[in-house]
Amino acid sequence: MPDKKDMTPVRAPLVTVENLMVDMPLGRSDKHVRIVDGVDFTIGVGERVALVGESGSGKSLTARALMRLDRLARLSGRIDFDGTDLLKLSDREIGKYRGSSIAMVFQDPMSFLDPLMTIGDQVAETLRIRGVGRAEARKRGLAVLDELGVDRAAERLDSYPHEFSGGMRQRVVLAMALVGEPRLLIADEPTTALDVRVQDQVLDLLDDVSARRGLAVLFITHDLGVVAGFAERVMVMYSGRLIEDGEVASVFTRPSHPYTQGLIKAVPRIDQDLGTLYAIPGAPPPPLARPSGCAFHPRCEKRFAPCDREQPALLSIGRTRVACHLHDKRGV
Amino acid sequence: MLMSIDHIGKSYHAFPNPPTKVLHDVSFNVDTSEAIGLVGESGSGKSTIAKCMLQLIRPEEGSITYDGIDVIHARGEDLRRFRREVQMVFQDPYGSLNPRMTVEELIGEGLLIHKLEPTAAARRRRVAEMMEMVGLNPDDMDRYTRSFSGGQRQRIAIARALVINPRILVCDEPVAALDVSVQAQVINLLQDMQKKLSLSIVFVAHDLAVVRHLCEKIIVLHKGAVVEQGTRDEFFGNPQMPYTQSLLAAVPVPDPIAGRARRAARRLETAN
Repeated sequence: MPDKKDMTPVRAPLVTVENLMVDMPLGRSDKHVRIVDGVDFTIGVGERVALVGESGSGKSLTARALMRLDRLARLSGRIDFDGTDLLKLSDREIGKYRGSSIAMVFQDPMSFLDPLMTIGDQVAETLRIRGVGRAEARKRGLAVLDELGVDRAAERLDSYPHEFSGGMRQRVVLAMALVGEPRLLIADEPTTALDVRVQDQVLDLLDDVSARRGLAVLFITHDLGVVAGFAERVMVMYSGRLIEDGEVASVFTRPSHPYTQGLIKAVPRIDQDLGTLYAIPGAPPPPLARPSGCAFHPRCEKRFAPCDREQPALLSIGRTRVACHLHDKRGV
Repeated sequence: MLMSIDHIGKSYHAFPNPPTKVLHDVSFNVDTSEAIGLVGESGSGKSTIAKCMLQLIRPEEGSITYDGIDVIHARGEDLRRFRREVQMVFQDPYGSLNPRMTVEELIGEGLLIHKLEPTAAARRRRVAEMMEMVGLNPDDMDRYTRSFSGGQRQRIAIARALVINPRILVCDEPVAALDVSVQAQVINLLQDMQKKLSLSIVFVAHDLAVVRHLCEKIIVLHKGAVVEQGTRDEFFGNPQMPYTQSLLAAVPVPDPIAGRARRAARRLETAN
């Protein structure tokens, strides 16, 4: 591949995912559905990557596979984390990676926190599990809360979650994730449940922390607007496959895949002219009814001969990768 | 003026806690065939107002008048007319449509209740017309909602509300539960219906970009009170209140350069 050189990230790779498949059981039967269908990507050290997709696109399962969080999921492929294939580890061994090398924050800070446990204990818990002494764990927990801008953190270590506002709770959840000093933070829709102003504060916070600590962030979202000012790279998933991966500036200004193009045009913008919104016809397919060939072809205005028969490969064009027959110049 | 909301106040009582006042002295008007956006963060009282406008709950203070009807105390024929002329669309099209009813039954229910079409054949015809109008295939009339996607279900909910020719449609976050690629379809449909049927729309939403797209009048709520109201141009061009300004500044822009610049500007401001 002539473009290989361009594709090499400037940063050293931290995570390399190759041909990842995630199969989930269908109800109580032995049958499985392929939710994630062969995904490849790399996340560099300290890199901020957004993984964008609609419901059922497999974005969350892809991210959760990095920590092997779903016990019922059948995973195949390769997930290389700094030289170790995470899919080959035993359950005990992967446990050592969770929270210390890779940490995660979830959508709803309210349901993630234990209402009967003090903030200090919850933040320190990750360290306590790893055998760090009580006083030391508390001290490090306090340091992280301070770093994240929790006011009078020392006094509030003994408070309970209900005494914190939504934005503050999200800081506590973030502190719990960061106290183990992970190298990759997976943020699964961390701002979706928040009001715009709080959402903004959380993004600023993630921005600062990631820059200061050289922390890689995988930001999962369905909302393109949220990631534009935050991520360096955007990966777009559709029906279990990666269909575009590129630098944020080029994906937003010159999206290559018709789906990405449609998604960007379909979102009303506060800073642009009014008029009829562009709408992508149809709806995203459920994984069980994934269309043949390119999964987007029934909704695509630019489909042509090979689209319903042949699944397009994810090919590099300059620094972007795209899976679309329009851009596949191999046969031409 | 079609509907006027005059100084309404509402408290929720959750014994043993003291009552919480959720609406303070809220007033505004809805004119014929205008689209109004009620915006605010969670807990601002926007859904409570929508519920009051539909007489799903009753405010303790103030009054609501719809075309000569005292909405809070309406009964009998007045209430029936109000129920026919003011319709609603809810956020979650999975929860708001009865799974045991066919699409025809769902859309035709209002015709039956308000005795608008006497015969089954006429109702069926009217349902088919309505389905066509909102972009559904009338051949799907006998199916159940489980086989429809979120966007299609919201179309069913809209058809169900519009079939009895209401004059006001109150929509509480009608696109918030939909996939991004489908939201635009429903926004366009609402806009289209508003023009075609000279309908008034009250659009409750937290997404300011969506509201800007659809509504020519905007009312901003904060902690149960109106903090600002104005036309689209006034509001988005020159917001008066600091709260409104901060709300607008925080709306994400799907453009990396603009997004970053806005964020940097805002942080500079907070630092000073």
